[in-house]
Amino acid sequence: MVRLPLALPPLDTTRWHSPLRAFAWGMRSVASTVLTLVLFATYLGIGALAHDTHFSLGWVLASTALVWAGPAQIILISTLGSGATVVQAAIAVTVSAIRLFPMVVSVLPMMRTPQTKRRHLVLVTHFIAVTLWVECVRLLPHVPRERRIAFTHGLGTGLCLVCLFATTLGYGLAANLPPLLGAAILLLTPLAFLLSTARNCRQLSDVLALVLGLALFPLVSLLHTGVDILISGISAGTIAYGVHWWRERK
Amino acid sequence: MSDFIGDWQALLVLVVAGFLPNEVWRMLGLWFGGGVDEGSELLVWVRAVATAILAGVIAQILVLPPGALASVPDWLRYGAVAAGFAVFLLTRRSIFAGVVGGEAVMLAGKWWLG
Repeated sequence: MVRLPLALPPLDTTRWHSPLRAFAWGMRSVASTVLTLVLFATYLGIGALAHDTHFSLGWVLASTALVWAGPAQIILISTLGSGATVVQAAIAVTVSAIRLFPMVVSVLPMMRTPQTKRRHLVLVTHFIAVTLWVECVRLLPHVPRERRIAFTHGLGTGLCLVCLFATTLGYGLAANLPPLLGAAILLLTPLAFLLSTARNCRQLSDVLALVLGLALFPLVSLLHTGVDILISGISAGTIAYGVHWWRERK
Repeated sequence: MSDFIGDWQALLVLVVAGFLPNEVWRMLGLWFGGGVDEGSELLVWVRAVATAILAGVIAQILVLPPGALASVPDWLRYGAVAAGFAVFLLTRRSIFAGVVGGEAVMLAGKWWLG
């Protein structure tokens, strides 16, 4: 993937002295990554999906700000839109959100200092989702440790504003575009998710989980359980883990 | 205002089925994160299940397409995504090139069908 030049100031300059400036550098870094474009495309798709499943614009904007996880929003909108109950949707979203736990666990140690209180990290923790996680791992080593929380607040706020704008735009476009372009916007979501997931695969178990998950869902969906995604996801993921475990043991 | 957000029930559904399920895992990570080893077997399984669930979401949108996407024939939806994936592999894993390639195939196919 293309990496745009990163122009953060060197660690020892006075330009890191105020937290406000660190926040501004964080916001500016939104423009330094192609993932922002992927996120933009994803949220265009989410806005369009919300429109086509008859949610209001305010509702989907609130979901972008509060849920702040593209896959969870898609699951929520598509399960509720296809007639599942709130409990079924909540279960599917809860399971899909487990992946946030390891991200939080791995990224927070990069920001802690001996003076850091837990409450200082609450907003940062809310902002953690796949894009912010990837960017933190890439950018935080170039930020002085005591400014990392302010920097991440700026980065998260910037990405969130971009996504709120994209959500609004996608919603409006789906309402006004000819069906062909509406279809093109809805196709952005599966394409962007498939490729960014494929890119994040680190080991065999991840690749297998992706392939088996794609293959199992169409079969499980024939059962019409209301939690099809959950059933296919847990079985495919567990099979993939089983293969990984069996290979490690040999 | 009520037209903008929907009624209070819609907002409650958002909090119960959208906001809380995500925030719970984030805050658990904040509270108990110190004790979990990043390379542990539990996290390998968690990552595999999370990936497979995401794959299920992708498959759902393609197999049971919402709204305007339903006007695109099955073979063209699958073909466009396969083409996007091929472009992604050929361009040394460029997500941007893959997305553009997939979209181009879908639009060209629809245009050709008339």
